[in-house]
Amino acid sequence: MRAALEAIGYGQWILPLLLLLPLGGAAAIWLATPHGADALDDPDPVRARGAARPRRIAAWTLTAWMGLGLGLWPAFDASLPGWQFVADAPWLPDFGARFTVGMDGLSLTLVLLTLVLMPVSVFGAWDEVRTRTKSYYALTCLLASGLVGAFVATDVLLFYVAWEVMLVPMYLIIGIWGGTRRLEAALKFVLFTIFGSLLMLVAIIVLWRESGTQSFAFDLLLDAPPLDATTARWLFGAFFLAFAVKIPLAPLHTWLADAHTEAPTGASVLLAGVMLKVGAYGVMRFAVPLFPAAALEPYTRMVILVLAVVGILYGSLLALAQRDLKRLVAYSSVSHMGFVVLGIFAQSLQSVEGAMLMMLAHGLSAAALFVCVGVVKQRTGTRQLDALGGLARVAPLLSAALALSALASLGLPGTAGFVSEFLVLFGTWRAAPWLTIAASGGLVLAAVYVLWALQRVIFNPLGNPSWSGMPDLSRRELSVLGSLAVLLLWIGVHPAPILRRLEPAAVHFLVLSARGGPATAPTLTR
Amino acid sequence: MSNASESLALTLALLPDLTVMGGAMVLLLYAVWGPEDDRRRSRILGGALAVCGVAVAAVLYSATIALGRGVGPLATDPFRWAIDLVILTSTALTLMVMRDHAPRSRWAFGEPAVLVLLAAGGMMLLAAARDLTLVFLGIELMSVASYVLAGIDRRSARSAEAALKYFLLGAFSTGFLLYGIALLYGATGSTSLTLIGASLSPASGPPSTMALAGLGLLLVGFAFKVAAVPFHLWTPDVYDGAPTPVSGYFAAAVKAGAFTALVRFALEAVTPGLGVWREALWWLAALTMIAGNTFAIQQRNVKRMLAYSSIAHAGFLLVAVTTQTAAGAAAVLFYLLAYALATIGAFAVLSAVGEGEDGVMHAHRLEGLWQVRPGLAMAMAVYMLALLGFPLAGGIGFFAKWYVLQAAIQAPVAQTGLAIILVVATVASAAFYLYVVMVMFMRPRRPEAVDPAPAGWLTRLVIGGSVITILLFGVYPTPLVSAARASAAASFPNSPPPSPSVDAMRAVAAPLR
Repeated sequence: MRAALEAIGYGQWILPLLLLLPLGGAAAIWLATPHGADALDDPDPVRARGAARPRRIAAWTLTAWMGLGLGLWPAFDASLPGWQFVADAPWLPDFGARFTVGMDGLSLTLVLLTLVLMPVSVFGAWDEVRTRTKSYYALTCLLASGLVGAFVATDVLLFYVAWEVMLVPMYLIIGIWGGTRRLEAALKFVLFTIFGSLLMLVAIIVLWRESGTQSFAFDLLLDAPPLDATTARWLFGAFFLAFAVKIPLAPLHTWLADAHTEAPTGASVLLAGVMLKVGAYGVMRFAVPLFPAAALEPYTRMVILVLAVVGILYGSLLALAQRDLKRLVAYSSVSHMGFVVLGIFAQSLQSVEGAMLMMLAHGLSAAALFVCVGVVKQRTGTRQLDALGGLARVAPLLSAALALSALASLGLPGTAGFVSEFLVLFGTWRAAPWLTIAASGGLVLAAVYVLWALQRVIFNPLGNPSWSGMPDLSRRELSVLGSLAVLLLWIGVHPAPILRRLEPAAVHFLVLSARGGPATAPTLTR
Repeated sequence: MSNASESLALTLALLPDLTVMGGAMVLLLYAVWGPEDDRRRSRILGGALAVCGVAVAAVLYSATIALGRGVGPLATDPFRWAIDLVILTSTALTLMVMRDHAPRSRWAFGEPAVLVLLAAGGMMLLAAARDLTLVFLGIELMSVASYVLAGIDRRSARSAEAALKYFLLGAFSTGFLLYGIALLYGATGSTSLTLIGASLSPASGPPSTMALAGLGLLLVGFAFKVAAVPFHLWTPDVYDGAPTPVSGYFAAAVKAGAFTALVRFALEAVTPGLGVWREALWWLAALTMIAGNTFAIQQRNVKRMLAYSSIAHAGFLLVAVTTQTAAGAAAVLFYLLAYALATIGAFAVLSAVGEGEDGVMHAHRLEGLWQVRPGLAMAMAVYMLALLGFPLAGGIGFFAKWYVLQAAIQAPVAQTGLAIILVVATVASAAFYLYVVMVMFMRPRRPEAVDPAPAGWLTRLVIGGSVITILLFGVYPTPLVSAARASAAASFPNSPPPSPSVDAMRAVAAPLR
């Protein structure tokens, strides 16, 4: 398989293609949609059909995009160090920024996650966006480019541009197609993110100047002579703040619940599934390796570890208190992303691998949960836990999908969530036993809020007698949720192939972190 | 050099300015010759654009012949030619939008076209001035034309009010400028920037009180013209009351003209050793950035909002001026072009949307614009993101801010404190730029709202052209940037080079000094 892919030069063109194809899709949507075709519910059948066309184009484009990109899995050679599938072109020669993309095991898993979740976001919420379809699907395609761009950029400035580019489509999607409080949510989302990212921009310029490399290439910046301690501390602060907002690390999480709750289902899937991962990816790729000494100073590191555990527990408690199913899922994301940060800063091989796997596991389970919530809302008209109930009786497939994704998210053995949370906790034990014990409390709380929510949604008496004739999952929804379930179970039962690809990246991350000095020497034993 | 060849060199050095002013005179004769109708308006526009075109050719010609760095009091360096091109571009774009705007607002097109050209002549003179008397001449020519332009809509009381305010405060500030020039002349015995620079240099001892007072008054005068806080109070009223394309011209070109003079003064007459000057500029920049962005947030009148935004951008530009380096001058050059394109475009969109019955550009007139005029709404979104400095979607605006930041951090006296204020102010500015985007895209159209008439083809041309330029150079800004760099470096060879070694973060560690 790999030989066949190499024969067609797959490695050379695949990453640029993954960046360009969705742009082409967006252009096609823009050009192919007849003027005035705006709403799916248009009484004029011709216009209504025209308004459905963008959805079809986006579905085809993104499915083909995923199909092409899945070749990355066999083509990736886990035994090779360094970047693979590199493509490089000059961009801004006067200060050495280049258009350089490449991949290691970490980017590979996250790009694959993005590839899978883009069609999920379109198919999983097929009927939800009914007006201005042209713009919605064009923006979704643009978002695909931005997300992949952030994961594959190996030039810091290019990464920054991709990071900001993701923001505009998401802002517009939340603000235009969101729920009743969408304007507030969209603004909050954008202001939080911009605040962090602009400080990162200043840090990037200072880094460029102080390193003396005249380049933004990540590899060159790594090899530059170390910065003095004060500078490194400030720069790490700026980078980490930008990423911590996105992850989100408590106490910077307040934008998240509003954005998730107001966003349409398709956007929630991408927001929780992929966008939060960009923050954690940034910490792993840039913030810690570029400034290891500052990041892993005992004091800084302890503060971050404690914040991660606070996020785990506080997110769970907030989830426990929610009456809205979607808000509950949103707050559970805060809790799960806390595990990712915990794993990154615990600095052992298991914990880092666990954090990487956790991103994948949470991406899949959160996406599945948001699709389920979207279906529940569409069928019953409500997301209030008090009003729902008894869905298992009328929609067994939907209830099973909801239960499975919820259990995967709480870390039931046999699902992806279990493997990753176990690895994180196991790897954290040696660095901080007390924090590990506290973080395990998050697992207990997760079991409580998930099972309690499940009880109120799918068991109990039927919330409303008129739901007895409720349609169960359509074939489209079933295939989306089914594939996500298969992936979650497969990773849970047999994570070895993924871990094999992640391990070199995790080791590399630890080696880079170890340059911070003896105080931060990680444990490289297995 | 003989007398004849000297006057020939002077003529050649003044060729672009003479073209614009002479063209304006001829056009004036034609404009008042007969009653104005549609055909005549188009001819006037054609004539005015031809004047701009010939002036561009003259700029390119004068730039190629060997005139050295200057002829007498006139600078003939690439910085001047580059600024001339920015000014002429803004002028041509403004004239085109005005041509569509004039018949709808029932004002004559001939006079404003002539006045815009005269103002452009004043700005070009400012770009060339290496002598304070010439600076004064340029500022007066530019300002007097601007005062009349603000009141060009004779039927509107708001327009008249704007003109009066602009005139009174502008004349007042010119007084400051003139007094500053007089004191500087008294202290140094010269009005030439080069000679003032020599006598203010640390080598000739600490500057006298008289010189310092002169510098201070001069700075106040400049601050009035570029609308820096706390000398900005006229700006919102004038931009709000003046006809929309005229406001765009004020925000883009008039500001550019004033900034060129300030940059040249800061680089040639004030040596970097003068800490007081830098400190004054530092405070001016910091205050302007903070106040401009904060006041803009609460505006619900789009023209007033853009006025405060233009104040905020003056602050961003002042950051580059504070560095007193060629890199800073290059950043100003690039920023002025980016800012002019986005600002003139934004006011062109407002002109196409039109004001309400009360002559006020309420934000709610933009509500749901996306549903009725998607092209206008998307262009406006690009302008707003460009002014915000967003990468890719905001195109060239991102790199404009980027170069200012870079110049600030690389300056011999690293302005990291200002860089951080700039960034925080930019975050605040997201609140009002995105407010416009939100209103256009996310609010439903009011049922009683009348759809704006289709924009004229000239306005559409301006909008389309500027959006494409902004986006294109936003992906690949290199040609423009190298041009700006080269011209600034060749124009200010004596300014200190960017320093790679100063500990920039020490400035951060002691936050905001």
